[in-house]
Amino acid sequence: MPSIPMSIFRPGVALAALLLAACGTVPVPRLAADPVDAAAQLQWLDRVSWGANPADAQTVEAMGVPRWLGAQLHPGPAVLPAAAQAQIDAMRISTTPIDRLARELEAQRKAAEALSDDDAKTAARQAYQQTLNQLSREAQQRFLLRALYSPNQLQEQMTWFWMNHFNVSTRKGGLRELVGDYEEAAIRPHALGRFRDLLGATVRHPAMLRYLDNAQNAGGRLNENYARELMELHTLGVGSGYSQSDVQSLARVLSGLGVTLRDDGPPPRLPAAQQAAYVRQGLFEFNPARHDDGAKTLLGAPITQRGLAEADEALDRLARAPATARFVSRKLAIYFVADAPPPALVERMSATFLRSDGDIAAVLTTLFESPEFAASLGRKFRDPVHYVVGSVRLAYGDRVVSDVAPMLGWLNRMGQPLYGHETPDGYALTQDAWASAGQMATRFEIARAIGASGAVLFRAGDKAPLEKPPYPPLAASPVVRTEMASLSQATRAALAQASAPPDWNTFFLASPEFNHR
Amino acid sequence: MQRRDLLKMLAAAAPLAGGAGRLMAAPAAEGAKLLVVFLRGAYDCANLLVPISGAAGDFYRASRPGIAVPRPGEANGALALDADWGLHPALASSVMPLFQKKQAAFIPFAGTDDLTRSHFETQDSIELGQALDRRRDYRSGFLNRLAGVLGAGPLTAVSPIAFTDQLPISLRGDAQAANMALGNVGRQGIDARQSQVIESMYRGTALAQPVAEGFAVRDEVLRAVKAEMDAASRNAMTAKGFELVAQRMARLMQERFDLGFVDVGGWDTHVGQGAGTGYLANRFEELGRGLAGFADAMGESAWRDTVVVVISEFGRTFRENGNKGTDHGHGTVYWVLGGGLDAQAGGRVVGEQLALTQPAALFQNRDHPVLNEYRAVFAGLFARMYGLSPAQLDHVFGGVSAKDLRLV
Repeated sequence: MPSIPMSIFRPGVALAALLLAACGTVPVPRLAADPVDAAAQLQWLDRVSWGANPADAQTVEAMGVPRWLGAQLHPGPAVLPAAAQAQIDAMRISTTPIDRLARELEAQRKAAEALSDDDAKTAARQAYQQTLNQLSREAQQRFLLRALYSPNQLQEQMTWFWMNHFNVSTRKGGLRELVGDYEEAAIRPHALGRFRDLLGATVRHPAMLRYLDNAQNAGGRLNENYARELMELHTLGVGSGYSQSDVQSLARVLSGLGVTLRDDGPPPRLPAAQQAAYVRQGLFEFNPARHDDGAKTLLGAPITQRGLAEADEALDRLARAPATARFVSRKLAIYFVADAPPPALVERMSATFLRSDGDIAAVLTTLFESPEFAASLGRKFRDPVHYVVGSVRLAYGDRVVSDVAPMLGWLNRMGQPLYGHETPDGYALTQDAWASAGQMATRFEIARAIGASGAVLFRAGDKAPLEKPPYPPLAASPVVRTEMASLSQATRAALAQASAPPDWNTFFLASPEFNHR
Repeated sequence: MQRRDLLKMLAAAAPLAGGAGRLMAAPAAEGAKLLVVFLRGAYDCANLLVPISGAAGDFYRASRPGIAVPRPGEANGALALDADWGLHPALASSVMPLFQKKQAAFIPFAGTDDLTRSHFETQDSIELGQALDRRRDYRSGFLNRLAGVLGAGPLTAVSPIAFTDQLPISLRGDAQAANMALGNVGRQGIDARQSQVIESMYRGTALAQPVAEGFAVRDEVLRAVKAEMDAASRNAMTAKGFELVAQRMARLMQERFDLGFVDVGGWDTHVGQGAGTGYLANRFEELGRGLAGFADAMGESAWRDTVVVVISEFGRTFRENGNKGTDHGHGTVYWVLGGGLDAQAGGRVVGEQLALTQPAALFQNRDHPVLNEYRAVFAGLFARMYGLSPAQLDHVFGGVSAKDLRLV
């Protein structure tokens, strides 16, 4: 196949011009080498975004990789296609503030429990559970719509990364109604901001406080769960030198941080001396009566503040620790560069982290500017969520799907459901966790599901007939046509054996090239 | 340590002398099958194997005012295993009968010397099975090294598999290992021709082996599920959850695989774990039903050659926490099941033990101590099951000195 000139993409649209104008003031990364040919630009797009699609490829072509990256690192508000935004706007999680939603649900639960007729009670309980399921499903759907169509692709990639880093799971009780707000209020706004702000937002979010049992952590009845994971998984990293007594100290610092469903009534009956220290913000509560007010030492230094301010002092200390800079930088490098990231790169990222006081966009700039990043393109195995989202972006571009439910099903089958990782370590970011024999067999089934009948994404309802043809026009995609030249001989030979377009699509989505980014 | 326990220890845990006559003769390795069941999340062993007598029983109940399993004979009380220990009542109709048939044993005070009390850290360190004072090699799990050793000698055609979505760390390494989750086996859309074409794209790449193995195992599993459906159409009971998985494991291990791994989650009971009934009891019940179903489905002959070891990353605090749950602890209890357990082990609580009668007996005044280090225990088991030499054992668990609990 002849090489494809850059002009294959559709003529420029207003969006590209708009982005060009908007990014005039943001810093532009200085890349080790500026990729100018279409195939190289696609590799950058494929790694930085949720997967290359024709519309974004056109934007990258128009702006050039450095300016596009600058805009991605410093995004403005995301404007989604109207058809995607309309789906989001129709969701209950979009229209109801989280505190009101939580109280409405509590009222629904209590009303169900108060019923005296057994059948009626059973039905009301079921309805309550279905409501909770629906709310977490809305959050999953909203995430996928943004990953597919947000122009702020890097922000969406980082939103997933931090959701995974500060993992919560809807498999635990009391989380299904909260997970959407957790992502929306605690994670996405800080995804490219300061690490300390992000950390602080997770500590005050009811989803995290419930998930790691801190809502039950009180002076005299300590629960160490959150304190341990906060140091092991969220900041310092295991084996970085903190001790069991640091875990206990931090648990005491965090005692009294919890969740309340009370509305604007007076605080619970507190001794006058403690009234002023009581804090309630939305569903977050700091209750001084549940706080261990004794003296504490954390990481070798005393905690000097009292009450809720102790938590901020401890988080400052943890967020600024060199171990945290290294731990977070390394994880970012695993996500964006390689399963075993070059130590020199991690060192440079850590230095940026410490110098910038944890500015995530600055740390990523160091990463993107590195020759190690450029050298790694095309070699990172797609985990299921990158595989599924990337496939749909490639297959259908900016044609907005009307039903993302099949994508949720594919993610479940591949073992990476959104908000579904039970334990706080989050999903593994490395190939060895996703490329075993059984997983590869399942992956090819998904390749076929998308390649042969991707039209399930455009159905009005479960039973509605599929549009015709039921498969995506993959071979005609300008992105695919650009990539054809770089496919291996074995892949091209396989594609040549395809009996029909669904077969061709399946093989392309199953190919080694597409399974890496 | 009490004198009585010291004697017990001396009797039960004589270290393996190299090539001692006690070792199972090498030919017995043929047909030997091993299944490791990993309870992820650190199950509460103190409510599985319950101290029932004297001061130990009193200390146990006083430490757990809201969650202690009642004494034998009381409502939802423990089932007496011997004078000292009782079993959680949720296992009355599953594991208890195996224990009575001398096909089950428990090893209390088992675990690792890893003290992070981190689930992930400790699960990894157990699955790796490497000496703790060395840099970890995440590409080498202990079951994989076992497969390597067996493949080079006693079990040339060794065929390991994990019944999990992901290949667990314990099976990662140089030896070929398959994996496939069995809970939800759906209809397959990729046909034989497509499988061949896809395989051809990966030939010569780093993923060639898992891609080829994936298609092969898929075909095996489908055959097993078909047999199940044939049985179901003859009105056999249909199982769910872990019980269903366990039956399918048995079918595959009976026919094709001899080294298996599966994990079961849901054990991290920080809050409201219950006592003789409740959340943890339900988890035990489901697990027990699955294990008994596995034994049954293996059939008498294969079960005689099979050993199932149930492990967990660590135990939980001996005392109940402020939320009627328990926090991360240290020592735990391993279960050993099999149709051919040694008379010395079957129907007994084995290994080095200690009566926990007072706070000073607890490790760091909070947990069960570890007296039976898991690498030493597994090495002792492997020596007996497969007739491995000290050099071979050292390859599986570097630097280990095996502890022979005479399990088989």
